[in-house]
Amino acid sequence: MTALNLARLVAAAADAIAAHADELTALDQAIGDGDHGLNMKRGFEAVRAEADLFAAKPLPEALKAIGTKLVMTVGGASGPLFGTLFMALGKEISADPDRAGLTAAFGKAIGAVAARGKSQVGQKTMLDVLQPVHRALAEGKTAAEIADIADIAAKATVPMKALRGRASFLGDRSIGHMDAGARSTALLVRTVAETIGEVA
Amino acid sequence: MSNVGIVIVSHSPLVAEGTADMVRQMVGDEVPLAWCGGNGHGGLGTNVEAIMGAIDQAWSEAGVAILVDLGGAETNSEMAVEMIGEPRAHKIVVCNAPIVEGAVMAATEASGGASLKEVVATAHELSPS
Repeated sequence: MTALNLARLVAAAADAIAAHADELTALDQAIGDGDHGLNMKRGFEAVRAEADLFAAKPLPEALKAIGTKLVMTVGGASGPLFGTLFMALGKEISADPDRAGLTAAFGKAIGAVAARGKSQVGQKTMLDVLQPVHRALAEGKTAAEIADIADIAAKATVPMKALRGRASFLGDRSIGHMDAGARSTALLVRTVAETIGEVA
Repeated sequence: MSNVGIVIVSHSPLVAEGTADMVRQMVGDEVPLAWCGGNGHGGLGTNVEAIMGAIDQAWSEAGVAILVDLGGAETNSEMAVEMIGEPRAHKIVVCNAPIVEGAVMAATEASGGASLKEVVATAHELSPS
């Protein structure tokens, strides 16, 4: 990961979110409050606008700053959840992490997201993508495999019943729809995997 | 002011302001009070920066109790408390209580000089455990 180009990564993430904003909104309209696509787009465009600023920082500080920016700009419940993911990752990661270091930091960041959302795996949330991705990282899967695992995990939220967030108000009626946060998480995972390629 | 402060956080600025109006009318000006609502872009939602601002506005050395409506308001309020950090963070509590009744009851308790713990307990009594 020595040649990690954070500015490029940020731009790719913002592109991916922007390209799928309508899809994310449609997913959220089905079982949430319908603002996920717009919120995520606003947040990632704000991060893109300061990409050079973030890229100039060491990786831990850059991730913390990106997380803070997301908290302040995404809004909804997604702001604190995605923001916490990046902030916690920044707190746990080293400036030049290897695969083991990234895996350990990612695991702790997932724990922070679970605590923030008072949620756990199996409740139809972004955690249902993050956890399989963490396992894939730990098992030494390739970047391409990890991107596919994230997509499959997002799709696997379709038959789940939501137990957290606005969708949980719908109870059984939340079954049959993909969770918007799981979808956006899978998009980000694929973007990171395809942009930085194989992790050391 | 030495009384515990009250912060009202709703997805809707109208709900937040209306709740604050009720607190003011029923409890008076003895309690530091602030509200916020809306996503900061003209829509419904809650906003961490606005919540941090409201906490500042209602700040009391005795502490601040936050009343919220739906889940995102709670998550964003907890995030705001974390970003404010210590030493103030441990004097701020996000209450598990219905927003209108909770705000009025908590403010009533606070206006008598009750501690943060007592104010929060009064609000929590309104929630089925």
